[in-house]
Amino acid sequence: MARVLINFPPRPKRGEIIEIKTLIQHQMETGYRLDNKGAVIPRDIISRFTCTYNGEEVFRAELFPAMSANPFIAFSTVATESGELVFSWIDDNGQIQSEIRQITVE
Amino acid sequence: MRTLLAAGLALAAATAAAAEIALDARRSGYDFASPEIRAMQDDESANPGMLWVLQGESLWARKADAAAKSCQDCHGDAAVSMKGVAARYPAFDPVLARPLDLEQRVNRCRSEHQGAEPLAWESEDLLALTAFVARQSRGVPITVTASPTLRPFLDLGKELFHQREGQLNLSCSQCHDDNWGKRLAGSVIPQGHPTGYPIYRLEWQSLGSLQRRLRNCMTAVRAEPFDYGAPQAVALELYLMERAGGMPMDAPAVRP
Repeated sequence: MARVLINFPPRPKRGEIIEIKTLIQHQMETGYRLDNKGAVIPRDIISRFTCTYNGEEVFRAELFPAMSANPFIAFSTVATESGELVFSWIDDNGQIQSEIRQITVE
Repeated sequence: MRTLLAAGLALAAATAAAAEIALDARRSGYDFASPEIRAMQDDESANPGMLWVLQGESLWARKADAAAKSCQDCHGDAAVSMKGVAARYPAFDPVLARPLDLEQRVNRCRSEHQGAEPLAWESEDLLALTAFVARQSRGVPITVTASPTLRPFLDLGKELFHQREGQLNLSCSQCHDDNWGKRLAGSVIPQGHPTGYPIYRLEWQSLGSLQRRLRNCMTAVRAEPFDYGAPQAVALELYLMERAGGMPMDAPAVRP
């Protein structure tokens, strides 16, 4: 499993706009590079990222080969209620990495 | 006579320029980086180097191979035992009678105390462990001391730093002592202080050791790079750390 860093204010006020920052370790191989024998290194990138807040999708991104390795994605949402944030990264091979974080709204 | 005098003055000026950087004029790579890169380094949730630190933290507690001992079993809490350690490496090893850098120290510990295979240079695990250890020294001033035992290695490092090499026939000091702050193509030439290793280099899209960086520079002047772990490479690391003495550590740093 890839390593992931997720950061957001742990105890926001109700209605507060919070910034959520995510960082995942991934080489984001573009598919355009050649290895030292001249063969194409197959493309392997994270192509989709989603974040759901208590089951409702609050953010989605599509990623392309020009993205850097270890992509950093930051976005904001409104802290409406306490519950669960689920982050999912989906790569070219269909593998899904999911992380769950609890959020407590005061 | 006047031409001779002018030539003499020009020569004097050139010698003055080749002098070492004054203490108050020293700048770390951080100071040369763009505001965006500095922000990336300062924010722990945006600094990609923290991914390796995180992995290093779990490796620290994991029992390695034969001896079934983890780093933690001997060293305890890294926040206490490893604070300032990276700031005084490479350090002299009395058994081997030569200085070892942090990577070599980790591997020496593995073979001596853990009965484990050494980790390959630039492998994810070695980068993770060194990043985790170096992270504990954030803000600690670099303190490589010129003890009599280290003196010959320090002198070798200094000599290598000032030695011209490669097809471009350039020494380290010609860029990093004499021309820092100017541009080499689009990039600013930094002073070459190793405050933040292992660094996350955007060009690499990954974390890398100081030795990798040195090899990079050597290839750039079209010289044959030192092998990983070569005594000359460690001597050069040692000289660079002494040259940066007193500057605060900022590992894992982000650099362009």
